[in-house]
Amino acid sequence: MSRELLIVNELGLHARSAAKIAALAKNAAAGVWLIKGGQAADAASIIDLLSLACAKDTVITLKVDSPSDRAILDRIAALIENGFGE
Amino acid sequence: MSHEQGGEIRLKGISASPGICIGKAYLVDREGVDVVKRYLVPKGRLNDEIKRFKAAVKKATDEVRAIIDRTPEDLREHALILETHLVLLKDKMLYNRTIDIIEKKRFNAEWALRTVVGNVKAMFAKMADPYLKARVADIEHVSDLILRNLVGANSIKIAEIDKRVILVAHDLSPSETSQIQLERIMGFVTDRGGKASHTGIIAQALEIPAVLGLDAATRIVKNDDIIIVDGSEGVLIVNPEEQTLLRYEERRIGYERFRAAITRDSHLPAETVDGFRLKVMGNIELPEEVVSVIDNGGEGIGLYRTEFQYLSRSDFPTEFELYDKYRDVVEVMAPLPVTIRTLDINGDKVVSYTSGAAPETNPALGLRAIRYCLKKPQVFKTQLRAILRASAHGNVRVMFPMIASLAEVVEAKRLLAQCAAALEKEGVPFNREIETGIMIEVPSAVVIADILAREVDFFSIGTNDLIQYTLAIDRGNREVAHLYSPLHPAILRMLHHLSKVATKTGVKLFMCGEMAGDPMNMPILLGLGLEELSVNPRSMPVVKSMIRSLSREEACGFFRKILEVTSSAEISRLIHDSYGGIVSQKFQVPVDGIDW
Repeated sequence: MSRELLIVNELGLHARSAAKIAALAKNAAAGVWLIKGGQAADAASIIDLLSLACAKDTVITLKVDSPSDRAILDRIAALIENGFGE
Repeated sequence: MSHEQGGEIRLKGISASPGICIGKAYLVDREGVDVVKRYLVPKGRLNDEIKRFKAAVKKATDEVRAIIDRTPEDLREHALILETHLVLLKDKMLYNRTIDIIEKKRFNAEWALRTVVGNVKAMFAKMADPYLKARVADIEHVSDLILRNLVGANSIKIAEIDKRVILVAHDLSPSETSQIQLERIMGFVTDRGGKASHTGIIAQALEIPAVLGLDAATRIVKNDDIIIVDGSEGVLIVNPEEQTLLRYEERRIGYERFRAAITRDSHLPAETVDGFRLKVMGNIELPEEVVSVIDNGGEGIGLYRTEFQYLSRSDFPTEFELYDKYRDVVEVMAPLPVTIRTLDINGDKVVSYTSGAAPETNPALGLRAIRYCLKKPQVFKTQLRAILRASAHGNVRVMFPMIASLAEVVEAKRLLAQCAAALEKEGVPFNREIETGIMIEVPSAVVIADILAREVDFFSIGTNDLIQYTLAIDRGNREVAHLYSPLHPAILRMLHHLSKVATKTGVKLFMCGEMAGDPMNMPILLGLGLEELSVNPRSMPVVKSMIRSLSREEACGFFRKILEVTSSAEISRLIHDSYGGIVSQKFQVPVDGIDW
């Protein structure tokens, strides 16, 4: 189960925004992944997320391994689409 | 850069603080925590090792959380980065991987953590984005917190070095320098940094020889190597041969004898042969330095830098902590004046707990000193209250740094008045007549000096920044550092302008930059009609001695002549021709042979 998203906030995916994603992904039953150009990062790890180096306007794919994590997928997607409330 | 003679290696760096020392090298790695122990954990003990790691993370988490809880509401933006640190502490890539490595490779927790952090750092180092690259600092910080809890009481941090050593480091941050027990350090050697870097200034103030900017010292020097640091020449010798050792031992004794001879008369006032008395005061950074100001016959503190208490900690100091330290200095010096400069944070001295802010591309022109304080009135007022309270115990003056326009002075004074009114109301004693002044270190302040003079009691010329900003030269940049010159005609004309404004308006004129610490500049400074000089305590004896051999009247004539000269090289030559004789005769050494 996956969704394609655009990073809209000015600073891109930085430490604080990554921390917000990781906080949500930690509650997932199975893996949550952020994929950029074939490179996948574990969404529960800030460090892994930062290693993707997503600047503003990057297109990324958000993917959950288990359908039961649909609510988490939705919440992370909303967070990214709203530019992390910045 | 280096050439070998047998086993001996000679490296040339920047002479940051004069003097010679010979001793054992002590290497500090970047984090200030010493090289961690490495051992394999027996299979049966692996669970305990993992528990030990988890406990260290738990403790670090509690520490960070405690700091967040202590952070006042209006400083919450600093706390945000701490929230990130909290999450990072438990990050899979750090936490789970370390546990993984302990289990699979049987590494001890410290070693496992180091391995993981090393990998993460390598990954971030490859990134092009400077913001992301800089996140390595957060990861390092977090792993350092864990590491400190892991190593616990057995850690060999620089704070705990217990033998006399020469410190060799890639670079020393202000917070690291502040941890060092300085009496244990014979000398400093670093790969980075220059004369005006933090390490350089500390080394000069404490009269410890230092050679900085060596590029490769940490790669060449090994722990416990015998090394010679020649701070006067900017030379480092690793594994010296016996002949070299003997030669330097002689030079070391000679240098110390010269210092002793100069210091003998330093309690005498700095009075010229024609009876003009110039006050010579001391610049200090640590309260401990007051002793050397008094020993060297200082007539007060002309510059008390207050950044130190804001470094090497994760929160802002409280009013009481600041007051307590200021009072120490003020009481010891009373009735002599202590000029407290308000917080002058800049790129080189950035506070660790504000590291969440995006790095400035040009910190020297960025949010620093008075600009920072006016933007953070709460932080500023805490310091102003502490200064005012200390003023009840002696002779305190308050000085604002980096003033570039009138509005800044007015606003700073308004906040000071606000603090005074609040203390008055609370019935806390302070000096209502406290003298207020500004640093003159931005060219615009020189140009509008007549306007600024109406608002303050004194000007103190901070030559280091004034020269740097006027000539557009970064002294830390080896490519252009040689262009930095206090004798540039533009600088001398600025000084002349300030002196005219001071005479006309009655504002007192002081100087506290490095220019004031070079005896060869004394004819110029006397000609300018300054009332006070404030210099590094170690420069006091030579400066006073030089002043005592000059005539004020002659110096004024000389200064008028100098103003007509068009280049720094020519001015420098003229000073040497006219006054070099006094110096070499007085100190019985050729002028070029001494690095002051």
